[in-house]
Amino acid sequence: MSDNILEMRSITKTFPGVKALSEVTLQVRRGEVHAICGENGAGKSTLMKVLSGVYGAGTYDGEIVFDGAVQRFSGIRDSEDVGIVIIHQELALVPYLSIAENMFLGNERKGRGGLIDWNKANADATALLEEVGLAESAVTPVGSLGVGKQQLVEIAKAISKNVKLLILDEPTAALNDNDSAHLLDLLRRLRDRGITSIIISHKLNEIVAIAEHTTIIRDGQTVETLDMSAPDVDTDRIIRGMVGRDLESYYPERESHPGEEVLRLEGWTVKHPTQDRLVVDHADLHVRAGEVIGIAGLMGAGRTELAMSVFGRSYGRYESGKILVHGREVKARNVAEAIDNGIAYATEDRKKYGLNLIEDIRRNVSAAALAKLATGGWVNGNEETKVAEDSRRDMNIKAPSVSSVVGKLSGGNQQKVVLSKWLFTDPDVLILDEPTRGIDVGAKYEIYTIINKLVAAGKAVIVISSELPELLGTCDRIYTLSAGRITGEQPVREATQESLMKLMTKERELAA
Amino acid sequence: MTRTVGPETNETPAEVPDASAKALKTGTSDLRDLLTRNLRQSGIYIAFFAVVVLFAVLTDGTSLSPGNITNIILQYSYVLVLAIGMVIVIIAGHIDLSVGSVVALSGAVSAVLVIKNGAPWWVGILAALAVGIAVGMWQGFWVAYVGIPAFIVTLAGMLIFRGATQQVLANTSLSPFPAEYQQVASGFLNGLLGGNGYDAFTLLIGALAVAGYAVSGFRTRTARVRYKQPVESFPLFLARVLLVGLVVMAFAWQLAHARGLPIVLIILGVLILAYSTITNRSVFGRQVYAIGGNLAAATLSGVKVKVVNFWIFVNMGFLAAIAGIIFSSRSNGAQPSAGNSFELDAIAAAFIGGAAVTGGVGTVVGAMVGGLLVGVMSNGMQLMGVEQQIQSVVKGLVLLLAVAFDVYNKRRAGSSR
Repeated sequence: MSDNILEMRSITKTFPGVKALSEVTLQVRRGEVHAICGENGAGKSTLMKVLSGVYGAGTYDGEIVFDGAVQRFSGIRDSEDVGIVIIHQELALVPYLSIAENMFLGNERKGRGGLIDWNKANADATALLEEVGLAESAVTPVGSLGVGKQQLVEIAKAISKNVKLLILDEPTAALNDNDSAHLLDLLRRLRDRGITSIIISHKLNEIVAIAEHTTIIRDGQTVETLDMSAPDVDTDRIIRGMVGRDLESYYPERESHPGEEVLRLEGWTVKHPTQDRLVVDHADLHVRAGEVIGIAGLMGAGRTELAMSVFGRSYGRYESGKILVHGREVKARNVAEAIDNGIAYATEDRKKYGLNLIEDIRRNVSAAALAKLATGGWVNGNEETKVAEDSRRDMNIKAPSVSSVVGKLSGGNQQKVVLSKWLFTDPDVLILDEPTRGIDVGAKYEIYTIINKLVAAGKAVIVISSELPELLGTCDRIYTLSAGRITGEQPVREATQESLMKLMTKERELAA
Repeated sequence: MTRTVGPETNETPAEVPDASAKALKTGTSDLRDLLTRNLRQSGIYIAFFAVVVLFAVLTDGTSLSPGNITNIILQYSYVLVLAIGMVIVIIAGHIDLSVGSVVALSGAVSAVLVIKNGAPWWVGILAALAVGIAVGMWQGFWVAYVGIPAFIVTLAGMLIFRGATQQVLANTSLSPFPAEYQQVASGFLNGLLGGNGYDAFTLLIGALAVAGYAVSGFRTRTARVRYKQPVESFPLFLARVLLVGLVVMAFAWQLAHARGLPIVLIILGVLILAYSTITNRSVFGRQVYAIGGNLAAATLSGVKVKVVNFWIFVNMGFLAAIAGIIFSSRSNGAQPSAGNSFELDAIAAAFIGGAAVTGGVGTVVGAMVGGLLVGVMSNGMQLMGVEQQIQSVVKGLVLLLAVAFDVYNKRRAGSSR
């Protein structure tokens, strides 16, 4: 027992109205690589935030024992002082500063008179870079490095802080195969030097390759900790642990009568806006009138990127591929053209990208199709009000009037405003990105009902969701996406959470 | 990465429903509702009223005398014209620091043509407008299509167009303009209908304005009733029309006892009416608010952000040229340093009038009231013989308080969520 570097004992963390973690237990042995797996939203990141002190002592119940002593962190500084360093998926480096400057930010190498000793800083940085196997000069600006190399700078920075436990959140999500292999190799070398690592990852074969133990978290609870050296433990075993729950939510019944094809993508390929890699790689898919298709994929698989690039090239750089609406190729080079061609897209982040929060319901509903309410450039305000009133009634938006400011509505009602806005553009195909994210069960049911009404009226709907039960409960067919490529397509009656998860974690054949 | 089950999943309660039930039941909204619904907007009217009364008392009524009211209009008209364009720029989330220089440049070009080269007065006016529009296109290009922040573009413009003014004028002042040109800013429409010691025409225009206000108000009201929208009760509507009518007629009465109806007031009135309608009712106006409120959401709703931003600056240039014409007409010539710091007065007017620093909020009428508030205050302090330096301090404090009030309001609104 004493060889555990870390024990988290029955950690419970509640947010107002939501229990994010419930009696979670985690034991990590000294000098091992320990993986944590779970679906999106299972509570992995919350657990790591508790561990690193982002959620300080007192905001959660339970006990953290690190290096044999009970710890009460009240901030990241405290956890770093005892040797716990977390590297987030979104790297926390300043792009305009050099590698050395980043490495010692807040931990500067000081010389005489409290001034920074740049010679020492650069020399130390060079030594650390050598340790992590990064062949770059310490004075190179971090912004000029690729993500993989930035990752290594972060790790070097952690080593400079005398790290004992290194936590990596999705370290390989944005890396190519080569960089991933290099990173895993580095983790092995660090392990040999006695540094313990916790790795959170969706790439299950990487976990199988590197981890000694894997703890699976589901719905805020520890499911099990697997000994990876046991004979029957493989990716399938992990998937079973991740999804092994019943469909607890309730989905309204729907008869499926798909009609003719509405939207088809052929060889749709999109590059990252700044980096030289494909985020969508020759995607082919189609959706028919009166049909709901789902797009399943883990975070970083390129789901939103796919949707946004189709919606008027709102994301990334177009490489190649065709969009066909009703069998005819269409140009949708900007959002207005996409809307004109009957495509609508409700974003995953409604507050940031979907709504004008300081305006009222009326003006949000009309925002995407003002021209329909205008003659000669003048908006008919009364007609606009009527449209908004109709939406409020049809969608059951709970607000005193259509003059209510959208920012004050609940998440579910905001989502209904977003849907109203897109329905008013009278689209043929509606892409819904995480349509029920952050809204309560009752409102979810209403959203599903609305989706059913739409397809009954002959619309085609594409649902993107991190929640597999939601896709299984609402869709007719489900496409799976992994690393920008469509890895599978299953009719919903053949699909299971396990089968989808397997396709979602399927990667490029290593033999190729 | 996992999605954190965080506080954002916590459902916030919808607005209290009984207020709506009440409004729907009676089909009307009461006075208190009207006042409290938008404290940010009604606050500025209350403040304006208070300032007017304060200075009327402090100056023993001189500030409300016919001559002085006329003076205030003549003196602040160009700032108000600038504020119309500025509030639109600010609603879209930009700023324009160059308008003072553009006022100077358009006036200078006009003066060179009319005074130096003897061109007719209307050629000067058209040339000034062309200069303003060209400047607007130049700045709009850099802001909208190159993507340089408006602060930088217009800061550069402030220097560029100031230098251009000095170049055009060869660093000397030009004066005087022909009588027709001077009429723009200091002319009056009076005596058209005669009158005994007062100008009947001015009163007629005042009466027409009131009638127009009442009729359009009534038509809006009936249209809302037809669409089953809540409206104010009829007595309240009448009271509102009467109150506005009283203020307008008192104002016209005072003007009629001075020199009659200033031409510049007609220009200003037309501009205010036109731009209020554009911001409230036109697709373009809506898109300005949408861009300022949430740029990403506007883009993803199909708003052609670049086009809209471009035209916002073209419009600002156009209005700066009108202000330039009025100012050169009033000062009866062009000076290399004309219009210095006008941009700051216009920006102050917009913010005092309730525009939000973060964009998305503001009204033309609010900016007008904001500009007038500063105008009445400066004028009142001048009448009282308050020193220039004190006036400056007071103006600064008013601006600070106005924005502080806005920030406070927003925080309160935010915490009530």
